[in-house]
Amino acid sequence: MLLVPAGAWLLLLLVAPSLMILEFSLHPGLRPGQAFGAYGLGNYLQIFQPIYLQVIGRSLYFAISSTLTCLLLGFPVAYWIAVMAPKRWQNLLLVGFVLPLWTSSLLRSYAWITILRPTGVLNTLLSTIGLPTLDLLNQQSAVLIGLSYNFLPYMVLILYASLEKLDKRLLEAAADLGANPQQVFWKVTVPQTLPGIAAGCLLVFITSLGDFVVPELLGGASSMTAARLIYNQFLGATRNWGFGSSLSMLLILAVSVSIALLIKYGDQEPERY
Amino acid sequence: MNKPQLSQKRPSWQLMLTLLMFGFMYLPILVLAFYSFNESRYSAGWGGFSLRWYKSLFNDSRILAALQDSLTVAIGAVAVSAVLGTLMAVGLARYEFFGKGLYRGVSYLPLIIPDIAIAVATLVFLASFAIPLSLWTVIAAHIVFCLAYIALVVSTRLAGLNPHLEEAALDLGANPRQAFVQVLMPELMPAVISGCLLAFVLSMDDFLISSFTAGGGTNTLPMEIFSRVRTGVKPDINALSVVLILASGTIAFIAEYIRFRSSQRRLNQ
Repeated sequence: MLLVPAGAWLLLLLVAPSLMILEFSLHPGLRPGQAFGAYGLGNYLQIFQPIYLQVIGRSLYFAISSTLTCLLLGFPVAYWIAVMAPKRWQNLLLVGFVLPLWTSSLLRSYAWITILRPTGVLNTLLSTIGLPTLDLLNQQSAVLIGLSYNFLPYMVLILYASLEKLDKRLLEAAADLGANPQQVFWKVTVPQTLPGIAAGCLLVFITSLGDFVVPELLGGASSMTAARLIYNQFLGATRNWGFGSSLSMLLILAVSVSIALLIKYGDQEPERY
Repeated sequence: MNKPQLSQKRPSWQLMLTLLMFGFMYLPILVLAFYSFNESRYSAGWGGFSLRWYKSLFNDSRILAALQDSLTVAIGAVAVSAVLGTLMAVGLARYEFFGKGLYRGVSYLPLIIPDIAIAVATLVFLASFAIPLSLWTVIAAHIVFCLAYIALVVSTRLAGLNPHLEEAALDLGANPRQAFVQVLMPELMPAVISGCLLAFVLSMDDFLISSFTAGGGTNTLPMEIFSRVRTGVKPDINALSVVLILASGTIAFIAEYIRFRSSQRRLNQ
């Protein structure tokens, strides 16, 4: 059967490993090479220590604020390309906008080091025109810039797909019936594209939440996130596989819950008139 | 008729913001390109045009060895995934069976679960069975996400195809193998190729899954880049970035062109 080889591969290298992470997470304080001790919830209880709760709170803060930034910046861009730009340029404009996605996110994050570092491009420009310099690298603001930059194209791509399907006659009809542009936007455009907005926000939220490279390269010591903490439990200095596994399970749980919420509430057809 | 968006004379703020965002998207890439030709090592100012970073790049044996590892992984993983992913997409479109929803759900997991969680799980799995980490384990781990992306792209194409295409071939006397190879495959080929190009680029870019599954002897390009840039700005990495960005830009262009051509052809039919 056609489905067996791929299914077997996914079962062996994705499903089985994920179940093993669950098993590992239930053995408190497990370190590499150790035999399994007794079952316990110690690894999950460890997450509730204030220092780790702070890390999780910071991860959520980064994910939520980069999602909102991408939505605020991405919606006008997608709107302009889908609704206002000349029809025959739309595809080209969209492809042009998302083209940087094809280049390595590692290199694009590295480029932001070049821009934001104390003697970097931004500060050279600022001091040339006589403004005070900014100390952004290794701060939380650098992480927010990096995350928003990395995931803005996804947001634009999804919002475009949604706005492109928008029936333009509805906008005209609303305007003809006396709605001002703000009313047209909030009462017609936004409700009609709500599924796209929800899907775009979900995608940016879950990819930001699990991102390792951006906070690691741009955030410095002040921006420890869940993904960095997991990395440290396995490849870093700490080496606590049990605790790392419980954090990993938590991350998978957070992603699954967000997707379940989208499927439950986001998949409803917008009301037709 | 009152068309609020189209009747304005001066450029709309949406256009201005879009232009600004285009600048934002390309600024980091342009900055890297600019500095890759900069003679001076440390200053952010211009020290004169120079190709020295490109020369040092092409004489850097660590970079070249890492490139070789990356290419081996990407080509190996994509070759296997092209077959597995296409078969999976066709199988999912063709058969109804118990647990299909679950199977489909699992096939989407690599696209949804954060890389760090996949990387950690794979490491734990390999360590538990005492499988030595090597180039092979990296390839095996890359196949997981490569096949998922290829299956996704091929599934999208399958959904747009006439479902009776194969039946028609069978009615006209083709055997099932001929119907698959001579009728279905040519229709799927553009999707298989663009799926492979996407998977290739993702495999070449992957840092996390490679670092968790590579043994001491394996060092992919993103791993080498990561270990260098975390200690600051390196001018030869600027040059490497430009080379890699041009390469992935070319691949992106080919993939988009294939997608465009096949959608044009479908419209003409």
